[in-house]
Amino acid sequence: MTTIVKTPSSPAPKKAADTVAKKAPTGAFDPKMLLTSLPDALKKLDPRVMVKNPVMFVVEVGAAASTVKAITDPSVFVWWIVVWLWLTVIFANLAEAVAEGRGKAQAETLRKAKTETTARRMVGDGEEEVPATQLKLGDLVVVEAGQIIPGDGDVVEGVASVDESAITGESAPVIRESGGDRSAVTGGTKVLSDRIVVKITTKPGESFIDRMIALVEGASRQKTPNEIALNILLASLTIVFLIAVATLPTFANYAHTNLSIVILVALLVALIPTTIGALLSAIGIAGMDRLVQRNVLAMSGRAVEAAGDVNTLLLDKTGTITLGNRQASEFIPVQGVSDTDLADAAQLSSLADETPEGRSIVVLAKTGYGLRERHTGELPHATFVEFTAQTRMSGVDVDDRQIRKGAAGAVNAWINQHGGTIDSQLGEIVDGISASGGTPLVVAESIGGKARALGVIHLKDVVKAGMRERFDQMRSMGIRTVMITGDNQLTAKAIAEEAGVDDFLAEATPEDKMALIKKEQEGGRLVAMTGDGTNDAPALAQADVGVAMNSGTSAAKEAGNMVDLDSNPTKLIEIVEIGKQLLITRGSLTTFSIANDVAKYFAILPALFAAAYPGLDKLNVMGLHSPESAIVSAIVFNALIIVLLVPLALRGVRYKPSSASAMLRRNLLVYGVGGLISPFIGIKLLDLVISLIPGLR
Amino acid sequence: MSDTAAGLLQVGLLLACLAAVYRPFGGYMARVYTSDKDLRVERWTYKLFGVDSKADQTWAVYARSLIAFSALSVILLYLLQRLQHWLPLSLGLPNVESGLAFNTAASFVSNTNWQSYVPEAVMGHLVQFAGLAVQNFLSAAVGITVAIALIRGFSRSKTDRVGNFWVDLVRTVLRVLVPIAVVGTVVLVAMGVVQNFSGGHEVTSVVGQTQTIPGGPVASQEVIKELGTNGGGYYNANSAHPFENPNPLSNLFEIFLLLVIPVCLTRTFGVMVKDKRQGYAILGVMGTIWAAFVFLATLFEVQGAGTATRAAGAAMEGKETRFGEWASSLFAVSTTGTSTGAVNSMHDSFTPLGGGVPLFHMMLGEVTPGGTGTGLYGMLILAVLAVFVAGLMVGRTPEYLKKKITAREMKLVSLYILTTPTVVLVGASLAMGLAVARASILNTDSPHGFSEVLYAFTSAGNNNGSAFAGISANIPFYNTALGLVMLLGRFVPIVFALALAGSLAKQQPVPVTQGTLPTHKALFVTMLVGVVLIVTGLTYFPALTLGPLAEGL
Repeated sequence: MTTIVKTPSSPAPKKAADTVAKKAPTGAFDPKMLLTSLPDALKKLDPRVMVKNPVMFVVEVGAAASTVKAITDPSVFVWWIVVWLWLTVIFANLAEAVAEGRGKAQAETLRKAKTETTARRMVGDGEEEVPATQLKLGDLVVVEAGQIIPGDGDVVEGVASVDESAITGESAPVIRESGGDRSAVTGGTKVLSDRIVVKITTKPGESFIDRMIALVEGASRQKTPNEIALNILLASLTIVFLIAVATLPTFANYAHTNLSIVILVALLVALIPTTIGALLSAIGIAGMDRLVQRNVLAMSGRAVEAAGDVNTLLLDKTGTITLGNRQASEFIPVQGVSDTDLADAAQLSSLADETPEGRSIVVLAKTGYGLRERHTGELPHATFVEFTAQTRMSGVDVDDRQIRKGAAGAVNAWINQHGGTIDSQLGEIVDGISASGGTPLVVAESIGGKARALGVIHLKDVVKAGMRERFDQMRSMGIRTVMITGDNQLTAKAIAEEAGVDDFLAEATPEDKMALIKKEQEGGRLVAMTGDGTNDAPALAQADVGVAMNSGTSAAKEAGNMVDLDSNPTKLIEIVEIGKQLLITRGSLTTFSIANDVAKYFAILPALFAAAYPGLDKLNVMGLHSPESAIVSAIVFNALIIVLLVPLALRGVRYKPSSASAMLRRNLLVYGVGGLISPFIGIKLLDLVISLIPGLR
Repeated sequence: MSDTAAGLLQVGLLLACLAAVYRPFGGYMARVYTSDKDLRVERWTYKLFGVDSKADQTWAVYARSLIAFSALSVILLYLLQRLQHWLPLSLGLPNVESGLAFNTAASFVSNTNWQSYVPEAVMGHLVQFAGLAVQNFLSAAVGITVAIALIRGFSRSKTDRVGNFWVDLVRTVLRVLVPIAVVGTVVLVAMGVVQNFSGGHEVTSVVGQTQTIPGGPVASQEVIKELGTNGGGYYNANSAHPFENPNPLSNLFEIFLLLVIPVCLTRTFGVMVKDKRQGYAILGVMGTIWAAFVFLATLFEVQGAGTATRAAGAAMEGKETRFGEWASSLFAVSTTGTSTGAVNSMHDSFTPLGGGVPLFHMMLGEVTPGGTGTGLYGMLILAVLAVFVAGLMVGRTPEYLKKKITAREMKLVSLYILTTPTVVLVGASLAMGLAVARASILNTDSPHGFSEVLYAFTSAGNNNGSAFAGISANIPFYNTALGLVMLLGRFVPIVFALALAGSLAKQQPVPVTQGTLPTHKALFVTMLVGVVLIVTGLTYFPALTLGPLAEGL
């Protein structure tokens, strides 16, 4: 069911990092980007754009009103406030522009792949040349070595090696062939050898590469559900503070204090949650970007958030939990045969066997028994017998010695045919291996027409390094892992235990998989899975997070809500972490933003009213220099904190898989308590500098 | 015994009594709202009003029933006052003037019990008994129904039904309020509270003047005044009047009555959502803030303000010598924390900072522990808000009691939280902006005068009903403005709370895993305390600066 083009041999994170280094000029936050993104940030000052961000829109309106006041009634203080109010808005736009800018670089690379191509469309018996943009659904096009595939589609005829580096960043070519699960090709990629006929499956402009460009540029970005909910909260906090500030003048008049519009705007801007309001969209864009950097394309932001909520992960055994193939782990001889003899025979029979299993036998013979690998050329008399579905054996004939290895049933039959008898001990060994979840391969030889069994090769699935730790982490995060495999119950159980997954589904058919997803969802659980075959498509569509492998069929890619360009099923775990990190960053910065207000009150309120009621000077706990310097310091802090937090917003807050309690404790301490204390320090330090400005009272 | 020892003893006794009834009474209420059996008298009531007690309502129908019932209550109570002179048992009092009648009707139906008048001089026995006392029961019951509906929102799943308003209302009155009121009346009478139907008593005071003191069914009114967190006294002096509250024991019993339902409802909540720890957590938040405010109020009052009061021992002005600062502070904090508004001392006479404590306590939205029902649903909504922010911080779509907090829930929570500060601040701003309203301030041109206005609107908007006094509120502006603020502050949030109940009930529950934010642990309790103080407190901080803080610092 699952065919993996490239067998991932190293743990995923490292691999992802390699790819990033190769293709993305993005990586870490570069302060220079603040400067280069400035024009974009200024363009976003257009009120029609700003209105989409209610918090910052209020700041902009306040800044505009203050500007009018500053022009009619100028003073150093008022101009300082006005300038920093505008800077607050610009910094917010800058955060968004920087986040978008990182995607633009990637989009450029992709656009290059989308150069004008002509397609050789098949008409009747012949073919005609048309621009790629004119292809329609269902058109058949011919692509030969050296040509660019003009659009997304499925291979309907032939087999070819394709260079997909334009979209995956991976330079090793991949095989695409008609039928099966490796039939999908992507427009913009290049055929390196042979000739294929492709049936176009997407309209021009909606192709995979088009969607990818739109995605990394943030053009098609829609607000995610949690982001909408958070926006509602921020808007309502803004309204509450708007009312608190708007009603203040009548109260202040009673205390014979006249509050100017600039002061009121300053108080309002200090109180409304500008920090999170300014960074919210940058956090969202950066979250998507982190996925793109790991070569995962999410078709919707909703899917990224759902990934953070996932309760159950369905993981295919092969390629995800275990290395792609079974490997020889042991040679068990029958009585009367030495280890070395068995190893020697096993090695001989596998020399020409290029399957991973065969290679692993040669390797084991060398590492475990010191047998040097012999080259086929060293054995002039040897005739190699290839594995066929009929014989279910492979082997070698050297002079009058025949060696065979294969499934127990097939080899036993061969021994009987060649005048040998089966020892009961062999059956015990075979059963023992099967019971432990391994696969037994019986090795037999026949010398001079007399056959006998030599022993058994124990082939076993090798669980990838570090999987158990990962599943433990998942469990501590409250995520249940279920291994899906076509193996029988016994084998599945053994591997499930070794890998440390919570549950497994053996002898799984696509229908079983679908039923499992539905059952989990009925209990209110969110399910994530990976898949690549056409028969995975319904399950991919049903799952809350369906990650299709890029190597898979177009049906699978259509059904899933994410595509992994590296076709690495382990990445599902990283996707979950990115989803969580996205939410944590939002929540932490919201907490920080709200906690900041306390210090700002202590800066601004005594500044406003200490003249009327001198006792209120006791609230000036920071000992700020003067009312004017206090208000300016609060506003400058409010603006600067946005810029200071841009790197954090883009990178995401530190995330280590742990229980909800532990995470809350940490984040509440860092961003809640930290958010309470840091502005007291920041505003005080700013005040020390700002009080030196001439003209400020 | 020293004041401190006596004070601590009172607090200890109060907490012991509440602890003793917490489980049995909370559990009893949970059974009241989950049982499907009707009492015979209830069946008669349903038959009389044509209610199908087995038919559950959607949140919208529930809300419509509640609003219609309350609107009808306002109209009836208004008419009763306007026609009092021609009705029996009026004690010869004239019809109530229209502005005051509206204000009083709004006040009692919204469970505020703000009184712009001297009750014994304006309202006859009929209005007191058939109007005000009836609303003392009904408005308290209405609050509880909303809390129960919201609990059902959490405890039910995949349904659009949140219960039947009429059934919840009738059961609250007949099974919860009336039985306790009857027992409580007997207890209060035993403690010396008057209970009769006589008119006035002519008495000669120690200095030889004669005074007319009206009697009346005081004890029965007193019980529901506290139990239903209403607060409208039979006498103008409220629980400071010796006929309403004769001695420290009756004082303690009255504090117990006003706390008992809001406190025990957290147990009801825990039982109904099948996780009693959640109830303890909510109680923990309420208790923490209540205790902190009792501590602060007592501290400020015992210390007194200025050298003169300190030399005299404490700030006793405006307090009953029967009770002293400890019992006065305990009463003040409990009455403002429960939306009761009954007083056993004049909050206006508290020290500036001491008076700021009950004011700020009301500003928190009456959730510590809050009015009957209102406290619980108010706190649950703040809990949803806290869960939202905390839930994001653990990397999941936030969920509370297995229900997801999505954009729709946040919209309703935000609207709920917006309403009260808006009506309070806009109302106070209007009052400070209009010359006619400013003229009512007796302590002119001082922050105290502003505190009085702010207190009035805070009290009305949060349906507390206690007054700072010091303003002549019985003028058309205040009667109308405060009446509207009371109605808006009561019923707009109720509609949002019920809509939230409907929205939650529809959801499928999310299974609890290691990744779920635990909402029953100390960490969350601490966070929710922070949210209550910061989110609701920050809104009022600028206004508070100009009132109690300006005066006290």
